[in-house]
Amino acid sequence: MRKIWDFHGGVHPPENKHQSLARPIKSAGIAPELVLPLNQHIGAPAEPIVDVGQRVLKGECIAKPDGIISVPVHAPTSGTVTAIEERSVAHPSGLTTTCIVIETDGEDHWTEHSGIPDYANADRGTLLACIRNAGIAGMGGAGFPTAVKLGVNPKAGRIDFLILNGTECEPYITADHVLMRERAEEIVAGTEILRQLVNPREVLLGIEDNKPDAIEALRRACEGTGMEVVVFPTKYPSGGEKQLIEILTGRQVPSGGLPADVGVVCQNMGTAVAVYQAVAHGEPLISRITTVTGEAVARPGNFDVLLGTPMSFLLEQSGFSAGRDQRLVMGGPMMGFTVPDADVPIIKTTNCILAPTAEELPAPPPAQACIRCGLCAEACPASLLPQQLYWFSRGKEYEKLEAHNLFDCIECGACSYACPSNIPLVQYYRASKAELTQLRRDQAKSEHSKTRFEARQERLQREAEEKEAQRQARKQAAEARAREAAETGSAEQDPIQAAIERAKAKKAAAAGDDSQQPAADMDPAQQAIERAGAARSTDANQSPAEKARANLERLEQRLQKSEAKLAASREAGAEDSIIEALQTGIEKLRPKLEAARAEVAALPAKSEPEPAAEPAAAPPERELDAAQLAIERARQARADSANQTPEEKARANLERLQQRLEKSETKLAASREAGAEDTIIEALEAAIDKLRPKLEAARREVDELNTGQEA
Amino acid sequence: MYEWTAQFLANQPFLAALVALVSLGAVFGALLGYASEKFKTEGNSVVEQINAILPQTQCGQCGYPGCRPYAEAIAEGEAINRCPPGGEAGIAQLADLLDVEPLPLDEEHGEESALSAVAFIHEEDCIGCTKCIQACPVDAILGAAKQMHTIITSECTGCDLCVDPCPVDCIEMVTEQVTLANWHWELPTREAAGDIIASDRDAA
Repeated sequence: MRKIWDFHGGVHPPENKHQSLARPIKSAGIAPELVLPLNQHIGAPAEPIVDVGQRVLKGECIAKPDGIISVPVHAPTSGTVTAIEERSVAHPSGLTTTCIVIETDGEDHWTEHSGIPDYANADRGTLLACIRNAGIAGMGGAGFPTAVKLGVNPKAGRIDFLILNGTECEPYITADHVLMRERAEEIVAGTEILRQLVNPREVLLGIEDNKPDAIEALRRACEGTGMEVVVFPTKYPSGGEKQLIEILTGRQVPSGGLPADVGVVCQNMGTAVAVYQAVAHGEPLISRITTVTGEAVARPGNFDVLLGTPMSFLLEQSGFSAGRDQRLVMGGPMMGFTVPDADVPIIKTTNCILAPTAEELPAPPPAQACIRCGLCAEACPASLLPQQLYWFSRGKEYEKLEAHNLFDCIECGACSYACPSNIPLVQYYRASKAELTQLRRDQAKSEHSKTRFEARQERLQREAEEKEAQRQARKQAAEARAREAAETGSAEQDPIQAAIERAKAKKAAAAGDDSQQPAADMDPAQQAIERAGAARSTDANQSPAEKARANLERLEQRLQKSEAKLAASREAGAEDSIIEALQTGIEKLRPKLEAARAEVAALPAKSEPEPAAEPAAAPPERELDAAQLAIERARQARADSANQTPEEKARANLERLQQRLEKSETKLAASREAGAEDTIIEALEAAIDKLRPKLEAARREVDELNTGQEA
Repeated sequence: MYEWTAQFLANQPFLAALVALVSLGAVFGALLGYASEKFKTEGNSVVEQINAILPQTQCGQCGYPGCRPYAEAIAEGEAINRCPPGGEAGIAQLADLLDVEPLPLDEEHGEESALSAVAFIHEEDCIGCTKCIQACPVDAILGAAKQMHTIITSECTGCDLCVDPCPVDCIEMVTEQVTLANWHWELPTREAAGDIIASDRDAA
């Protein structure tokens, strides 16, 4: 007799298994419509590979796995795909998910299939691929892809125990019980294949002592195979994977660890049968044994049912009569959940449909305050502190929940069952687990975002630095060129230097002009003459002939000379009026201007430029330039003054002088403000000083004239 | 010499105490100085801790250009209630860390949303201007000039900084849908939790 261990806690709820054990397994037949959810397992949903309207045969793959932790879906019978749409499924949320809907044709026509002929000598990869392609997921309840579980490389090295779980500890459910009772040979054959894959030291088939007929059948089937059927006392939840491992081996799976870590692999009896069907016959997982029980059904029993069959189809066959506020539970009373409606389909993990009457399974009474009795802690099979977890859940103290190993809770419901205050403890733990998972996900995401944000910042900074470096490089290159240019003395090689020099030259020229001009600026007539000279010189410059040019240059020189003379005479402060001085200058200039004009006119003919004998004879009207206008004005003024009385003359003179003085003074002030060169200011001051005595003289003259008149 | 010193100190208790205290001070001072050099921490650890609590959406709703700048500001006394994505839970954590009173979320900076959202580009409207790409703090938008852009959903923090710069309004924030994959149990309601007594049930 093998030694067996016990695990902490556990409860003994009424079993209620006998109701559904009276009859043998019955085929449920083919429902007119099958609804196959794409996600009947833990992991990524499968991807449909059929189209609406397509005819499918029994066993044909209709959805392929998406990723490693995923399994395919097969057509349970022949028929036509009528829709791929959202349908409500057996899930506590009552949400819908994508399902493939098949309208059955009743022919149950198999697709071509064959098992692995000599599977006892097949290699591991072939067997695993076969199991994966058959769409087998754990049939005990969680639905973890079997091929993944079998394919995992154990950290602990060799697997000591392969355990087949025939516990079925939850009340009402008898699906595994009848399977063991009626198909023990298939279980043993499937276990043989699992043994081949896992290669354990020992194979144990664990069964609770409340199933004597199943124990008997299995013991018979196991004779001569080296597998051992181990029987242990009934207690809920012995069927929990970790609890069963502890009962059979005395080993505890570490918190957050896998059974493989302690050298154990655990599989469900139903899974073993599915593996056998797949490997020996090539039949994918398209049907399972499901218990239909509860006081609301007249003929409780177990059905071999095609996946996708609506629950209502099974309930009809069991003589179901819905009562008031009828609840339908998928799974057992401890861990099951109420389904949204009776049309939800049977899936790979549906082991039981419970249709209780209101008396049989009443709605939970209202929860009362926790009285800290500690019964939950005594009941907990995972040795947790349910009461503490309850308070932390209510207070949302997630760190403490983690510290108290919330994730080791198997949600078996023993604590809720034991609770005298009817507190829905498991719901607290489920909600808190979800919240913690979400927090962890958020944490991971935020860490990821932080990394990306920092990487981006770094990149932007690097780009800015690169740009700056390029700018610096360009600057240095320009400087190097400038130095080179300075050394070789060629300004052309360095545009910047050349530009600076050009600017300097311009400035110097402007300054030179300013210093030359102060005297000339004082009279508009003078300016006009200068302009005229400039105009002439430009005209002359346009002429192509060298001789003409030389002549023009000479003329220019003479123009300048005459200008200089004018300025000199004014500076000398000669008694002659300025108008007279101007006159002289103009008289000298005029023939020369005319000559220049003639020269310009003569140039196309390339004739020798000859000074015109009578330049002033008939100057064309249109050629009256500014200089001549000024002369005309001056003449007019002189003529006017000749007609004036001496008094008027004197007055006009005085006014003119005053205006000139004012003008000069404003100019002086302006040039002082502008910070003009000293020479300019001095010249202006001198001019003003000269003007003043003249002004005084003019005033005296006017006064004398006035007194003369009065006298 | 030693004897003389011992004799001298024994006769001068005040000096003896002085010498003893000064030498003790010197020894421990040197020890502390050495420790502060030896076990020097890099950077500002408080800022790091605050930054770890912030949700790293980099959305700038707090008024700072990213989570880290806000963490630095909090370390220098900024209010802890300016982060809508972090929500009340984040504020509670910050209050716990900094040992200050938790404040209600500052409405001025936005509201906490229960469900996370990600940006979605209506690709038929996208003109390929790259403005959203420049705005994205986590490089979650893929595209090039005059090429259609798209959001890498798994990288999107839902900060909605890309929505405003879009000249053709082709970016939309899409709220996450509840599916079988992300559905989870909720905590029992107050009534189910037994916060009212059974006889009050009908009246309530």
